[in-house]
Amino acid sequence: MQNQYPLWKYILIVVVLIAGAIYALPNLYGDDPAVQISPRHALADNAIKEKVENGLKEVMLKPKLVSLEQGKVLVRFDNQKQQLDAQKKLTKLMGDGFIIALNLAPATPDWLKSLNALPMYLGLDLRGGVHFLLQVDMKSAISQSLGRYVGDFKTFLRSKKIRYRSVLIQNESIEILLSKKVNPDEALEYLQQEYSELKFAVRQQNKTNAIFANLTPVTIKSEQKSAIEQNIITLKNRVNELGVAEPIVQRQGSDNIVVQLPGVQDTAKAKQILGATATLEFRLTHGSYTDWSAASDSGRVPVNARLFKQRSGDPVLLKRQVIVTGDQIKNAAAGFDGESGTPAVFVDLDGKGAKRMQKITAANLKKQMSVVFIENRTTTKYVGDKPIKTTKKVSEVINIATIQDVLSHRFQITGLDVMEARDLALLLRAGALKAPVEIVEERTVGPSLGQDNINQGIMSVQIGMALVFIFMLVYYRLFGLFANIALVTNIALIVALLSLIQATLTLPGIAGIVLTVGMAVDANVLIFERIKEELRNGMSHQAAIKSGYEKAFTTIADANITTLIAAVVLFSFGTGPIKGFAITLSLGIITSMFTAIMGTRAIANLVYGGKNIKKISI
Amino acid sequence: MQIIKQLKINFMEKRQIAMILSSVLVLLSITSFFVRGFNLGLDFTGGYLLEVEYPQQAKLDNIRKDLKDNGYKRASVQYFGTNNNTLIRLAPQKDKKGATISDDIMTILKEKDDKVTIRRVEFVGPQVGEDLREQGGLAIIYALGFILLYITIRFEKRFSVGAVLAILHDVIITLGIFSIFGVGFDLTVLAAILAVIGYSLNDTIVVFDRIRENFKITSKSVIDVLNLSINQTLSRTIITSLTTMLVLLALFLLGGAVIHGFALALIIGIVVGTYSSIFIASTSILAMGLKREDLMSKKPKETLES
Repeated sequence: MQNQYPLWKYILIVVVLIAGAIYALPNLYGDDPAVQISPRHALADNAIKEKVENGLKEVMLKPKLVSLEQGKVLVRFDNQKQQLDAQKKLTKLMGDGFIIALNLAPATPDWLKSLNALPMYLGLDLRGGVHFLLQVDMKSAISQSLGRYVGDFKTFLRSKKIRYRSVLIQNESIEILLSKKVNPDEALEYLQQEYSELKFAVRQQNKTNAIFANLTPVTIKSEQKSAIEQNIITLKNRVNELGVAEPIVQRQGSDNIVVQLPGVQDTAKAKQILGATATLEFRLTHGSYTDWSAASDSGRVPVNARLFKQRSGDPVLLKRQVIVTGDQIKNAAAGFDGESGTPAVFVDLDGKGAKRMQKITAANLKKQMSVVFIENRTTTKYVGDKPIKTTKKVSEVINIATIQDVLSHRFQITGLDVMEARDLALLLRAGALKAPVEIVEERTVGPSLGQDNINQGIMSVQIGMALVFIFMLVYYRLFGLFANIALVTNIALIVALLSLIQATLTLPGIAGIVLTVGMAVDANVLIFERIKEELRNGMSHQAAIKSGYEKAFTTIADANITTLIAAVVLFSFGTGPIKGFAITLSLGIITSMFTAIMGTRAIANLVYGGKNIKKISI
Repeated sequence: MQIIKQLKINFMEKRQIAMILSSVLVLLSITSFFVRGFNLGLDFTGGYLLEVEYPQQAKLDNIRKDLKDNGYKRASVQYFGTNNNTLIRLAPQKDKKGATISDDIMTILKEKDDKVTIRRVEFVGPQVGEDLREQGGLAIIYALGFILLYITIRFEKRFSVGAVLAILHDVIITLGIFSIFGVGFDLTVLAAILAVIGYSLNDTIVVFDRIRENFKITSKSVIDVLNLSINQTLSRTIITSLTTMLVLLALFLLGGAVIHGFALALIIGIVVGTYSSIFIASTSILAMGLKREDLMSKKPKETLES
């Protein structure tokens, strides 16, 4: 009997079809506008869920569903108006300890969720939002780590009773000028023992002995890696503070970080917060007002002090010693000073910081303490066509106050305006960036364009497919119908696979699907033309079907494998949009092999197989 | 139904005409690469792009003037898709803080008409654009390299050279048309060019496969086998191009302005690719002196079963 498939092949096809249908299904349910509530420092629990539910009742809002998902309370609504209304009211209701974000929650039914069947993730070009590519300033990361060694060296040399004239950073290495009587080899040995991660060398510098320390390539690499990782953590914190649902923060290449914020419209604010490197330092003031202006005028600064500028532009001398730095801040909140009513930032210190603050303020009661606001500003200037990046550290004294009491865990800072206080509190909570970043790429898609892209994408797929369907039916008749069934199955399988691997569907991705539709037909055209040819050569109907499928197979395999090679190369070289295209194209090629060859053969076998036929409809 | 009857066109006889035509087109394209260059999009050059939407028809002259008054002298302002949508483009700006320029421009536009909304903002730093040009070039070279290797293993080295020549022919002429007519060349067009490689190859392989098969079953001369194979696969070649073209036309006409360049590149590529798989690929293996023995010595690899 010719043209009959063994049972297992039918079973395989049916199983793939069912699995494909289940995993493609969630995409038909669409999204609910939702508000997502998550506590800043913990996971949400049932108590918080109840609080949200009661709160919503109070303000007369009727949500579609309130659920607890992955440590967040998700409130779904019927329309966007309710959603926006709820966001406003919940922000007021829940207070500062919660992040309230807008979200589009997939309306996937529970039975599908329990099978891990989720809809595809729509790319920013389809749902709207911002995409940033941030470049991490690696040079600055390296010079910062050199800066740490300068202080360490001084302490270490003093502890070993080795006298030095100066320790300075010179062109990516540290130069230690030793005093005349010191034996350089002995100093070198001590240093090498203590700092095995560095490379040391002794050289004569203006008749004095100098030791040069360099970071080894391995150390440089690990410093760069930790700079990127630390920055990613900080950026994630900041993005969370911005109240964005489902943000993406990830590394790209050696020194870039991708940040994607779906649904964000206020890009100016987002840029400011992401790129900001602001932090705080607390220092004691040095001398009196007359000393400050004298130092500023003469340029002579006392040994243990540094000259700073206040907001007003007036000079001020501060002690070199830093009491507490920004990274010892555990929490910060913006608010208003209880007495004066001016904007203030309330700061919580960690244990170590609090102990230090207590010790120093206790010893310096009635003296003055300053808050220094430090910001790294990166600017790109062009020399000819070459971009030159410079990072400038801008330090500003925002507040000078007399220490009235012994401070420890909790205190407040004033001297900022409302916006500054809010931003500073946010930045202090999120932590500082280890190395400055610069935005080198931005793509923002407004919500109206996103919807247009979806509509146009779907419409062109529908029309394109309809045209192909009609052509195939007219040209190949019953076999054309087989091919059309295979084509629909093919698209369902691509969608199912994309959903299963939770790939991101972008506009170029849709283009990839459209192209696969065109190319999937090719396999069937090859087979059908071959069957026609064999019929013309006088073969029997059954033999022609068999021979058509068999002879076309090597051709289809060769042709598809070469296209797959091109798609894989595209995937490995491309970024963003090209990757999306390559994924759908590769998946489409693989699924089309299954549907166009095995699928149509199965139907043809069911219809014609093992029968004595006089005529086939092709 | 049968559009294309069983044909016996002597393609090989016309190979000289085809060679002259192709050579002229390729030379013209390459000349244009150097003389006219490309209308490279933001993705490659770096710079700024804003698409904004007004509730009514946008007044381009006013927008230009407002931008000029605020120091953006060389902004290109034009309609995009409809008269309400406006596309503003700027070259990379010197001495200004990169990513904040788009916010600055929105502030300027909002001052005159606060109903204007952002549809799309793109900013690409100059370094990013440069990296992308390199990546795109490398991607094409690697793709060609792997394809050469695969065809050499599956067929014979002359076939792989023939296929790569056909691909280069298609890519150069497609790029040539983009260059000559100054059509915008962005990242999606690059993706389309790579898809053209895949498609053109698909077409060529189908013909090659038939040539290999025919060598095994007939004892005709090389020219006759080539002619026969092309004729046998002709209806498939044309029908597949037709169906793919149907889909691409839908994409071109209905897919929206963003996808225009992509669809156009594929449409051109498929026309050129269909032509090259008929006239160029087989002609080149003939020109390189393919003999029957070259294929017969190789054991045919009939793998897998459908």
